[in-house]
Amino acid sequence: MREQLEKIKASALAAIQNASVTDALEAVRVGVLGKKGELTAVLKQMGKLSAEERPVMGQLANTVRAELEKKLEARKAELEAAALEAKLEAEALDVTIPGKEVEMGHQHPMNKVLQEVKEIFIGMGYTIVDGPEVEEAAYNFTRLNIEEGHPSRDRSDTFYFDDDDKVLLRTQTSPMQIRVMEHQQPPIRILAPGRVFRKDEADATHSPMFHQIEGLVVDEGITMGDLKGALETLIKRLYGEDAVCRFRPHHFPFTEPSCEVDMQCFKCRGKGEIDGQVCSTCHGEGWIELLGAGMVHPKVLEGCGIDSKKYSGFAFGIGLERMAMGRLKLNDLRLIFDNDVRFLSQF
Amino acid sequence: MKLNRKWLNEEFVDLSHISDKEFVETLTVAGQKVETYERMDAEISNVVVGKVLSIVRHENSDHMWVCQVDVGKDEPVQIVTGAQNVHEGDLVPAALHNSRLVGGVHITKGKLRGVESNGMLCSLKELGLTLNDFPYAIEDGIWILEEDCKPGDDINKIIGNDDTVVDFEITNNRPDCYSIIGLAREAAAAFNLPMKHHEPVVRGGAEGDLLDLIDVEVPADDLCRRYTARMVRNVKIAPSPKWLRQRLRANGVRPINNIVDITNYVMLEYGQPMHAFDYRYIGSKKIVVRRSEESETLTTLDGTVRELTPGMLVIADGEKPIGLAGVMGGENSEIVPDTVDVVFESANFDGTSIRQTALALGMRTESSGKFEKNIDPLLTVPAVNRACELVELLGAGEVMDGMIDILNEIPQPRDLILEPERINSLLGTDISEEDMVDYLRRLEIPVEGRTIHVPSWRPDLVQTADIAEEVGRLFGYNEIPTTAFKGVATEGGYTGTMKLENTVGALCRSLGYSEILTYSFVSPSVFDMIRLPADSPLRSTLKIQNPLGEDASIMRTVALPSMLAILSRNNAYHNSACKLYEMAKVYLPKEGQLLPDEPRHLLLGTYGEGEDFFSLKGEIEAIFKGMNVKGAAYTAVKDNPSYHPGRCAEITVHGVSVGVFGQVHPLVAKNYDINAEIYAAELDFTALSGMISPEATYVPLPKYPAVSRDIAVVADEKLTVAQLEACIRKAGSKLLREVKLFDIYRGKGIDTGKKSVAFSLTLRADDRTLTDADSDGVIATVLAALDKEFGAKLR
Repeated sequence: MREQLEKIKASALAAIQNASVTDALEAVRVGVLGKKGELTAVLKQMGKLSAEERPVMGQLANTVRAELEKKLEARKAELEAAALEAKLEAEALDVTIPGKEVEMGHQHPMNKVLQEVKEIFIGMGYTIVDGPEVEEAAYNFTRLNIEEGHPSRDRSDTFYFDDDDKVLLRTQTSPMQIRVMEHQQPPIRILAPGRVFRKDEADATHSPMFHQIEGLVVDEGITMGDLKGALETLIKRLYGEDAVCRFRPHHFPFTEPSCEVDMQCFKCRGKGEIDGQVCSTCHGEGWIELLGAGMVHPKVLEGCGIDSKKYSGFAFGIGLERMAMGRLKLNDLRLIFDNDVRFLSQF
Repeated sequence: MKLNRKWLNEEFVDLSHISDKEFVETLTVAGQKVETYERMDAEISNVVVGKVLSIVRHENSDHMWVCQVDVGKDEPVQIVTGAQNVHEGDLVPAALHNSRLVGGVHITKGKLRGVESNGMLCSLKELGLTLNDFPYAIEDGIWILEEDCKPGDDINKIIGNDDTVVDFEITNNRPDCYSIIGLAREAAAAFNLPMKHHEPVVRGGAEGDLLDLIDVEVPADDLCRRYTARMVRNVKIAPSPKWLRQRLRANGVRPINNIVDITNYVMLEYGQPMHAFDYRYIGSKKIVVRRSEESETLTTLDGTVRELTPGMLVIADGEKPIGLAGVMGGENSEIVPDTVDVVFESANFDGTSIRQTALALGMRTESSGKFEKNIDPLLTVPAVNRACELVELLGAGEVMDGMIDILNEIPQPRDLILEPERINSLLGTDISEEDMVDYLRRLEIPVEGRTIHVPSWRPDLVQTADIAEEVGRLFGYNEIPTTAFKGVATEGGYTGTMKLENTVGALCRSLGYSEILTYSFVSPSVFDMIRLPADSPLRSTLKIQNPLGEDASIMRTVALPSMLAILSRNNAYHNSACKLYEMAKVYLPKEGQLLPDEPRHLLLGTYGEGEDFFSLKGEIEAIFKGMNVKGAAYTAVKDNPSYHPGRCAEITVHGVSVGVFGQVHPLVAKNYDINAEIYAAELDFTALSGMISPEATYVPLPKYPAVSRDIAVVADEKLTVAQLEACIRKAGSKLLREVKLFDIYRGKGIDTGKKSVAFSLTLRADDRTLTDADSDGVIATVLAALDKEFGAKLR
């Protein structure tokens, strides 16, 4: 019987080793350890053994069974691992094939830049407000200290809807200053972006419709230094910490003192020329005009019922197109309103 | 306003030690912005005075000459010329080898018919000059110099090109800076140097009494603040001296003759436009400043016949207009070579009137440009005296004593109080009172104690804020310390609608739509383009009275045409597919309102592969989901002429219409030159923004499993899915949680005129697991209802 067991063991081990698929391995298990298997058959003969031999043989048979089971398990794991490996290899992909396309739309570049400006001012505590584009002359001009007969009121400059020149397309976002101040007492911190209209034929640098961003801050003790602070923050955030700007006196009827703000030309770094050639970006000036600003004119404050002895404020107006063109390095304003998808999808 | 630096240096404040760059930057940051500046000699180089030592015929040409020219070097140079007016001993401008002339002309040595020529002798034209600049020269021929010069001298210096012309942008509030004196005052203040002043001195004494010779009346006294005149007799019309011609030329004014040049010179110097009349042609010896009358015409100095509209301010004599006040003189009283007696006009006219006249006649002149800024009325007398002084200086005539001076508006001197604390608190500075007074003194604004005497030329200074600007700009805006404002912190942010707008924009982009921006004004023809009915209320629009053109003359009441125009343009660009959105304002006039309503519409527009009605509808539904708008219902619209009658739906939310979408009608697509299916949606964003559902709160997750049952019914073709679905929902008990269409089938096995519609129903109870009997019950009820209501039977 011992020989029988040894023989079964040897032939089973060989069969296990030779099995190349899990099915063959299972056949080996059934053939040896199954109910009708060789080992089971041998064990059925145990009754014939003597009482002394029986436990010895029993133990031996169990050892053989355990060993075979262990080998079967190990071989099975081996075969499964090999099968998985083969499967994975067969499933390998060319990962350089492009992904399934998901078409994403694009925000218009103007609004992209505007969004950035808005976020910067929201961070400084400004509320974004919106107002009418068809506006009263009173708001667009008169209450902004722009008197009757001022050239900007001419029909060659401003679009009108009526004979009395009372209703017009706003030429600036500044009427929003009045609309806010007539309803709200200080502290006021608002940003009013929007469309404005002037009677200019469309060309590379003009458009009859364009965008401005109006800012207004009114509170006790607001100074021109505060105005400088707000605008320098904007310029550094938009154009980088190394952006250099300068403030120079200017004139607007609704601010006093007034200023314009220039940024040092990013291309020629303020030199006005590159390799002896006049810089094409700033036309040799070394500076690029960015925006107009100033301290709110006392007359404008008083006209809205705000005590100019107690409160002061600053206002600024930014031409969005000019700003966007500078940032996006656009050279023709018409591209902005042309809306060619090949253009839009660049941003 | 142009300024030549030499004039400034010679007459007012010597800044010759300051470089052009520093000059320009200092004035710009002090408040007078320089637009451009240019060295006058930038164009011409290596052109010198040459003396013709000998001149002989060219051996191979019968019209050319070979000259030996002394150009101030050891050896003379040989230059060939084709000009016939050169003689031995003449001084001429000689462009040497490697020289540059105006217009970028480059001269190098070469051979002319075999004879070496080391340059070129120049005419006036080649140096950018005309006979007006050097009247003794000849038009076509070499310029034979009659100047004090010697061989080798740089020609730029001879013609006065050793100068820089600086062009300033003058702001509207500073009419005084439209003059050399005004800019000189600014320059002196900016560099803190004293400025020289000159009081004109007139000898006078010409024969006769002014009042016997001329009479002035000003009936239009509201448009003429002041009228000042003097007379000059026995004038000798001649070219002006070189210094005067050069100053005019540097400022872009063409020299004409001594009398006209004097008026132009004074206009540049003082900023006071002047005019000279030939006394012979002043009818009735009377000057009348009046408004033009019906059907009057005037031939102006430029030879153009001007039809005057009644009400324009004119200078007339006893009978007819002889000048367009403040704009241009008349040809009928022009200074001519044999003029004997001259009337100098130095007046102050109303700016708005002058501007409107110049605009109406399309003739903005140097003079009208100055008047429209409303200049200082105190200028007329010194200006006319300066003109008379120059007449005497030039020996151009004899000045009569006395002047006519009609003052219709007496300017009142204005005093302001200096408020140093307020100025500092406005600027955010700590400038001492002494410094402030000093800045004002530099600007020639006298201060006594704390009283500021505002000069007549500074109408812009009316209150402390104005003084703060003067102080600030001389202190230096860039020196003001930069601060962050204090005070109560404000929250800041977007309004609710703006947040929603941002959300919708992001949703559209995630669905593949790109944003466009279109004009708010459109052509009235767009209504026909989109086949809008003739009686549509949308055709009543705001009309721009002075549009750029018909194409941009009305404010849009509908944004679809703008979208279609952009789709059309992209189609023309051969962009094969397009998905575009715009948050577009429309402008709806409202009875009883001065201003229109300006609601925003969300426009979607698309064409290209894969675009159809249901892809668009799915996208709209996704946008509503993203906006949290619930309860949208869709009904077929057959009569919207802009859309396909079978592929158009109106969207309502709780019974309120919020938009329309579908396939754009092929005839409309054709109007926009698009030969493809276009899909578009017009959603009333403003209305939708008021229909946002409240923010969701937690609903407990189901404890018991759901059961899914599919049914397919054969129904009449005319029945809509919405009708069937509504019937199912109504019949299904509380247990029916969801109804989802999953298939529509027509064809084999289904009778014509019928369709098989398949739904997936989800059933669930909150308190138990459903039994088959529960589910069978619901399905049976649903099927019974479908049969009863529509005759739709289980397939």
